[in-house]
Amino acid sequence: MKSITLRVNDRDVTAAVEPRTQLADFLREQLLLTGTHIGCEHGVCGACTLEIDGAPARSCITYAVACDKATVRTIESFDDDPVMTTLREAFSAEHGLQCGYCTPGMLITARDIVMRLPNADEPRVRKELSGNLCRCTGYNGIVKAIMRVLAARGARSRDGA
Amino acid sequence: MKPVAFDYEKPADLASAIAFLRRANGEAKVIAGGQSLGPMLNLRLAQPRLLVDVRGIAALNAVEASPDSTTIGAAVTHAAIEDGRIAGPIGGLLSHVAADIAYRAVRNRGTIGGSLAHADPAADWLTTLLLLDASVLIEGSGGRRTLPAAQLVTGPFQTNLAADEILVAVRIPNLSRAARWGYYKFCRKPGEFAEAIGAVLHDPERGVVRAAIGAIGGAPHIVVSAENLLNGGRTEAALHIVEEAGLAEDAYERQVHFVALQRAVRRLSEWRLK
Repeated sequence: MKSITLRVNDRDVTAAVEPRTQLADFLREQLLLTGTHIGCEHGVCGACTLEIDGAPARSCITYAVACDKATVRTIESFDDDPVMTTLREAFSAEHGLQCGYCTPGMLITARDIVMRLPNADEPRVRKELSGNLCRCTGYNGIVKAIMRVLAARGARSRDGA
Repeated sequence: MKPVAFDYEKPADLASAIAFLRRANGEAKVIAGGQSLGPMLNLRLAQPRLLVDVRGIAALNAVEASPDSTTIGAAVTHAAIEDGRIAGPIGGLLSHVAADIAYRAVRNRGTIGGSLAHADPAADWLTTLLLLDASVLIEGSGGRRTLPAAQLVTGPFQTNLAADEILVAVRIPNLSRAARWGYYKFCRKPGEFAEAIGAVLHDPERGVVRAAIGAIGGAPHIVVSAENLLNGGRTEAALHIVEEAGLAEDAYERQVHFVALQRAVRRLSEWRLK
């Protein structure tokens, strides 16, 4: 076992972990943060995507032991985040989720797209989303939801607000 | 889908990382971003006794530009390169290639040196770095050595790195402002490993015309005098290169690499100043 200290959702956490424990399993089973979903467990499906040190990352192919001193944000910590709030509303309005399994990872990726690529057009949004699989195949609604948020933010910045 | 039990060390400097590797006697794996090794560990295709995490080592995170070349630390991430960490014409090429590697969440952690040391024949950096005639800086118990990247990879997922050696950096000859290039990666879904890669580089001020065919089962096929690709008879030249690369037998492989190379040449010939 290795001792790690990291910041998870604005809380300092010290824990003992086996080096082979995936970050996703650590969060779900030791910290009971079950918002992070586990899908393929080899970095392809994107369900387990969360933020490490401010950037999206796969928590199935990142081991908890490698996150000593890191800052981790899971979907649970975005309740009051203004961008995530507008994304949740847009996902709801555009039917951007069905079973909900991919949704936490989709939202983390969606927020990254909105923050990093404010001028993204639809083909770019689709390309950026290609690392998150939705097996309900609800991509149209998800893309529309992100486009809606991008358009709203673009309009606001054009108005100088 | 959970790895076997392994030990983990995260040394702060190169000397202690090498010491861990030496003591592990071939049963350790070096890990940086873990974006290729992680899946292999989870699938138990790799079962090391020890992981040596090299992300914290300063030398592996440095980028240095000299008049002749650019040296990129092995642990520099794809995302940093995509976002323009490498300056100059070479940075433009590298940023273009980086942007189509896997997905942003993977690029945020995956590293250029890790990709090269992993030596997946279908990986973008392997073909790109050989196209650019890069060399690799290696350090181990026996000291430092520099090797042309073309000599590093000996086969699919195989390199001649010794068990106690670490790939520290890649060094790429700079491109002149007149350099033009075309890179075409064929895959069925964005972000996948390539089915085929075609790449061509023309740097008239340095007298360089190189081409590469990647994702061919082993190290990419490199052509060091690819002038024929840019002059008359391009189709025949491209076909000849694909056959030289050992792809004549399989109709699909031959066609998909032929088309990738032709499209790379077309991108070069339609070059606009960016």
